[in-house]
Amino acid sequence: MRRVVPIGPYHPLQEEPEFFKLIVEGEKVVDLEINIGYNHRGHEFISQTLTWDQVPFLVERICGICSDSHPYAYVLAVEDCAHITPPPRAQYIRTIIGELERIHSHYLWLGLAGHFIGYNTVWMWVWRYREPLLDLFELIMGNRNHYAINKIGGARRDILPEDYPEIEKYLNLLEKKNAMFTNAILDDPVIRARLENVGVLTKEEAIAYAVTGPTARGSGYACDVRKDDPYDAYDKVDWNAIVFEEGDVLAKAKVRLLECDESIKIVRQCLKNMPDGPIETRVDDIPTGEGIGRHEAPRGEVFHYVRSDGSNMPVRHKIRAPSYMNIASNVVAVKGYSIADAALVLAAVDPCYCCTDRTFVYEKGKKKYSGQDLLRLSLEKTEKIKRRYGK
Amino acid sequence: MANPKLWGLKKSPWVFHVAAASCNNCDIEILDLITPHWDIERFGIVLVGSPRHADALLVTGVLNRKSLPRVLRVYEQTPKPCLVIGIGTCTCHTHMFERSYNVVGPYNKYLPVDVYIPGCPPKPEAMIMGVVKALKRL
Repeated sequence: MRRVVPIGPYHPLQEEPEFFKLIVEGEKVVDLEINIGYNHRGHEFISQTLTWDQVPFLVERICGICSDSHPYAYVLAVEDCAHITPPPRAQYIRTIIGELERIHSHYLWLGLAGHFIGYNTVWMWVWRYREPLLDLFELIMGNRNHYAINKIGGARRDILPEDYPEIEKYLNLLEKKNAMFTNAILDDPVIRARLENVGVLTKEEAIAYAVTGPTARGSGYACDVRKDDPYDAYDKVDWNAIVFEEGDVLAKAKVRLLECDESIKIVRQCLKNMPDGPIETRVDDIPTGEGIGRHEAPRGEVFHYVRSDGSNMPVRHKIRAPSYMNIASNVVAVKGYSIADAALVLAAVDPCYCCTDRTFVYEKGKKKYSGQDLLRLSLEKTEKIKRRYGK
Repeated sequence: MANPKLWGLKKSPWVFHVAAASCNNCDIEILDLITPHWDIERFGIVLVGSPRHADALLVTGVLNRKSLPRVLRVYEQTPKPCLVIGIGTCTCHTHMFERSYNVVGPYNKYLPVDVYIPGCPPKPEAMIMGVVKALKRL
């Protein structure tokens, strides 16, 4: 007999509001319905009312965990549109921050994965060593999250030479601890029993669902924008893409752990070869045209598209976040496993719902409303809700 | 003991975390608070899994159309008297989302918020101070 187990929208398991309908037969999950949209704030629309320079501040606030990735992809898109090349030092600075952010995000996932399988020791340990990294961000950029380092044509802040030893010190600590975590987590029989052969996503399914990032690389599909389409300093440093074939949650955990090692390697090389010089170029105006920016965020490929009509604000700004594709793959990954595993499998793609929520209305395979229609309908509904619940 | 309910609220407040439509940043900073570096459990502040067990609600993010009715429902389920603590600049007003078609406006139109903690995200020290100030007001 089929029963429904609802998870969400406000559930102790989740940080963010999202709604999963697990359809179960006994203990076994047979189907999954995903209902999102609790986090929709209309970034693309607001972005078209701000000037080019204000937009990085807005897109930074799409997601607090990849708060470097969205502005990074946006500035790459605008630079592509305006044919600007940032100075080499700025490119290296952006690369360093991008990689440090990857470490912080992967550690965050690792801790939460420990929490989801009820192994809070892993959570507390991992987050303990994530904390010095946040202090490092504060030292370099003045805020623990939301760094505001990206700027069209360069970087907003310089990494001072006197800060290099601090970064180096942290990397040394992290290298040791990451080796410890890799050994501890991969050798632990309890964790192995919970993660191995759970939530398997095969390579064919990964390609069919167009997943990106560690989710794809854990399924043996080697897609990484940093390798496929290198930008900034990524083609000037030596590193390996981590790929595992198994497709289960353990493979995804391994990809993330070993990627932290690669990130340490990249940051070390960047610090060593950091060129001197200015950190920004002067940008006068953005000519008519369009541009795209792709950045490998911790969760996968972030894609931004901007169109300019020569004025001081974008006429169209399209954002595609990695979790948008990754979450859809949950439908196949979770089928056939028990309810106890479902929590972990749903979290294995490192979902980020605040990046993902967006609206389309389809009827009989056709788009029902245009953007303008949706906007009008949305404003009417918002007014209705304001009147209904307001004091 | 003038009001035993208030007296009970002051000792080791249990908090429930409600993310309205936030960017995740305040949420992970709240989780950060219970990890060893900050460890607010030594003050008796515990993150609980149900609003029915909570003394205080930690709300983050702006309210949007879909989350507003649900946040209000969570508030109704919380035993009164309870504290509502707004974390982050989004809760103080609508931050940069004022022009959005989906955001229904600031919290004080819908909920009685006791303390606002500004910052994007606020530092963990600021969050601890906010909770302490909220308790002092009782």
